[in-house]
Amino acid sequence: MRDWPLWEVFVRSRRGLSHVHVGSLHAPDAEMALRNARDVYTRRQEGVSIWVLPSAEIVASDPGERDAFFEPAADKVYRHPTFYDVPEGVEHL
Amino acid sequence: MTSADYVLGLADDALVSAQRMGWWISRAPQLEEDLALANIGLDQLGQARSLLSYAGTMLDRTEDDLAYLRDDREFRNVWLVERPQTDFGVTMARLLLFSAWQRELYAALVTSSDATLAGIAGKAVKEVAYHLDHASQWVIRLGDGTDESHSRMQAALDAEWPYLDELFEGAPELRPAVLARIEQVVAEATLAVPEVAPVVGGGRHGLHTEHLGYLLAEMQHLHRSHPGATW
Repeated sequence: MRDWPLWEVFVRSRRGLSHVHVGSLHAPDAEMALRNARDVYTRRQEGVSIWVLPSAEIVASDPGERDAFFEPAADKVYRHPTFYDVPEGVEHL
Repeated sequence: MTSADYVLGLADDALVSAQRMGWWISRAPQLEEDLALANIGLDQLGQARSLLSYAGTMLDRTEDDLAYLRDDREFRNVWLVERPQTDFGVTMARLLLFSAWQRELYAALVTSSDATLAGIAGKAVKEVAYHLDHASQWVIRLGDGTDESHSRMQAALDAEWPYLDELFEGAPELRPAVLARIEQVVAEATLAVPEVAPVVGGGRHGLHTEHLGYLLAEMQHLHRSHPGATW
């Protein structure tokens, strides 16, 4: 049991919202991972839908390359939509 | 008209099973299963509370009265649930038999002319469907697992099987559907349906194994030592 793989759990709290990462757990296979997720993460009515996926399948950005990855966006203020005025009365923008 | 004794039987099955399930808390093979077994026990405890409250209206007693102040001879639960379950395979085999029966029973009670019982059954049937699923998943994995897990799961099933019969006392019509469901899981688990003689249990008449007394001593101790204690 100590060899059980790790699974990441995503829960959708209600219809219309996205699945959100809530944590991880150990399980022998996908079906048990789904059931364990139900028992561990939705005991207090936290969700209406659950996704689980093997943690090993997640490809993550390298914290060591954070500067190269994210810093260049820092001084590109023109990418933010703040350079024009929104006419009054426009609701759906 | 539903009899108080009948309701007490269902209530005590759930209450005693919940108490046995509680034993696993902090002892399960891993954290995830620890929570699952606690959840199942709490579902059963909830069913027991509703049923005890209902029986209490017929007997003019409170649910606490019935849970904590009756002696073993007044309990109406079957023997299946009262024996110790400190082996994981036994726990899953027992939960498979018990929840398969509860599932059929509550599904039938949903259409009962007794509105209170039908209401309790309507909520419980969804809970026990999950218990049945959980037990099935484990019986299949352990039965169709390694040689060691296969032989231990078969031994656990053999040990629990004799107590299956008592569940059908007074309601033999549930037997075919319950057995079909259990045997489907047993087959998928590559296990054999045990060929063992049934035990003639007397739980519905207040006759119990020695184990129930010890269980009640632990469960009732606090309430009896400190009547009316709350937190």
